[in-house]
Amino acid sequence: MNALSALSVQNTTKRFGGLVAVNQMSFELRTHEVLGLIGPNGSGKTTMLNVISGALKANSGFVSLFGKVISDQPANLIARSGIARTFQLVRTLNSMNALENVEAGGVFGHRRLWKNSLRSQAIEMLDKVGMAGSMNNPISSLTYIDQKRIELARALMSNPRLLLLDEWLAGLNPSELQIGIDVINNLKSEGHTIIIVEHVMDAIRSLCDRCVVMNTGKKIAEGKPEEVLEDEGVIQAYLGSEHA
Amino acid sequence: MTKKEVRNFLIAMALFVLAALLPIADSGYWLSIGVTIATYMVLSTSWALFSGPTHYISLATGAFYGIGMFIVGGGIDLLPYWMLVVIAGCAGAILAALIGLATLRLSGVYFVIFTLGLAEFVRQIVTWIQTTMGSSSGLYVLTDLNDTIIYWELLVLGALVYLIGWWINRSRLGFALRIIGNDEVVAVHCGINTAYSKVILFIFSGTVATIVGALLAPRLSYIESNIAFSPMLSFIVVITALLGGAQKLWGPIVGVIPFMLVWDFLTATFPNQTTLMLGICFLLVVYLIPNGFAGLIEKYLPLRHQER
Ligand SMILES: Nc1ncnc2c1ncn2[C@@H]1O[C@H](COP(=O)(O)OP(=O)(O)OP(=O)(O)O)[C@@H](O)[C@H]1O
Ligand SMILES: [Mg+2]
Repeated sequence: MNALSALSVQNTTKRFGGLVAVNQMSFELRTHEVLGLIGPNGSGKTTMLNVISGALKANSGFVSLFGKVISDQPANLIARSGIARTFQLVRTLNSMNALENVEAGGVFGHRRLWKNSLRSQAIEMLDKVGMAGSMNNPISSLTYIDQKRIELARALMSNPRLLLLDEWLAGLNPSELQIGIDVINNLKSEGHTIIIVEHVMDAIRSLCDRCVVMNTGKKIAEGKPEEVLEDEGVIQAYLGSEHA
Repeated sequence: MTKKEVRNFLIAMALFVLAALLPIADSGYWLSIGVTIATYMVLSTSWALFSGPTHYISLATGAFYGIGMFIVGGGIDLLPYWMLVVIAGCAGAILAALIGLATLRLSGVYFVIFTLGLAEFVRQIVTWIQTTMGSSSGLYVLTDLNDTIIYWELLVLGALVYLIGWWINRSRLGFALRIIGNDEVVAVHCGINTAYSKVILFIFSGTVATIVGALLAPRLSYIESNIAFSPMLSFIVVITALLGGAQKLWGPIVGVIPFMLVWDFLTATFPNQTTLMLGICFLLVVYLIPNGFAGLIEKYLPLRHQER
């Protein structure tokens, strides 16, 4: 396994007051790999993504992207060096239409387009997530899943080197879920490097090359999806949280 | 799209020429109110360029304006007038940059309070400098610039503000500000340096306000800190911009003209209740037309289908 390490998280800790939301986390991600970051509610997955994307500064440890340390940089520079993300609670730009929402991702980040090339790229991304028909619609007229697709298209606009998806499949009904999985599968076959935070086990099994399991801020298991999901400690963690 | 732009540009030019003819038609009451309207047109439009997209309400307009006046007042015996206007612009830009860097990381409420305090703080400093330097409480600015010249100067400045505003709205900077106004977290994750974008716009509006103060100094002849740093000015700028609609470049002027005509009547009729009047106007605007006239026009005029 000598493939180039795309992302490296080392001994990262993030505290909120007395609460240690991320505790000495370390893991690696290779290029073209799809990594599932899973764990029970409140185990620190979103916080981990926030640290990677620069939304939050870690208290200790560091994160590097293709060998370059990024954890000392502000979020806008991290975006520029090639990390794009979606948010667990969808974040759209409500005064703009769907097309402009997508364009927003392609002007200031890792890829910097403008005018015609921006427009045509945005239309292509809308097409990729299956939203080409709604490009002139105001965001408020879109359904929740469509807003999530817009958010994904916005993230893809920067042609990211690493994509972070925070529960992008949550809240979808079974048929929408299948569409969503297909969309991510396409990204995977295009060679994108992705971290997926997800609770939907079917999606994890079918999409992830590898999983990192978190519980109360710590990494408790790492490996192939089918292996970690059988792991005694992991089952305990999920059951424990359900009985809590 | 370009056809529409050409048409809009021609309409704007025609309105500009028409407005420039005002001093020929009347040099008394209407010219005087014309100067007032032109003043607030420039102030509100440049204010809205910053506050419209970012939703940061700045009450510092009066501080910049007052500084512009006092730079002219203090230097008129030493330097040519035009040079003082340039110096005022530079001073406004530097001050705005400092304030911007210090405060724009704050959230909205703190920013409002800070800018409100700033005007008072600057006024106190200017008053203190004057008293310790032993001069009287005011400064004389005696030039041969009459209302007509001042009015034209303001019109030209206004035209510049519109051109720059139009350019900003079409630029990446304008797009960045719209994204920031929608969701600052998204903006940052799209790669936008939010502090930089906001400071640039704040510098622009601060510079313009300072220049306006410098242009109006000759009109007052005698400059006193109570008049130059009137907090009323900052509030009127906010009200007129909101009344017209801060989201559109042409919004503020649609608010300024009717407001100043009504305001002139009100202050003449109830000279002792101006603050009360201002408060009532503010409440009416915020409750009845939250999106301003521009919002009403967009809503009720059947929309001609635009591309975009
Ligand atoms: N901004 C914050 N301030 C204080 N505490 C926080 C903050 N963000 C998260 N936490 C706490 O940190 C812990 C981890 O939260 P996080 O959102 O990372 O969990 P998660 O694994 O994403 O959970 P979920 O599956 O429910 O999304 C939780 O106890 C949460 O309450
Ligand atoms: Mg989460």
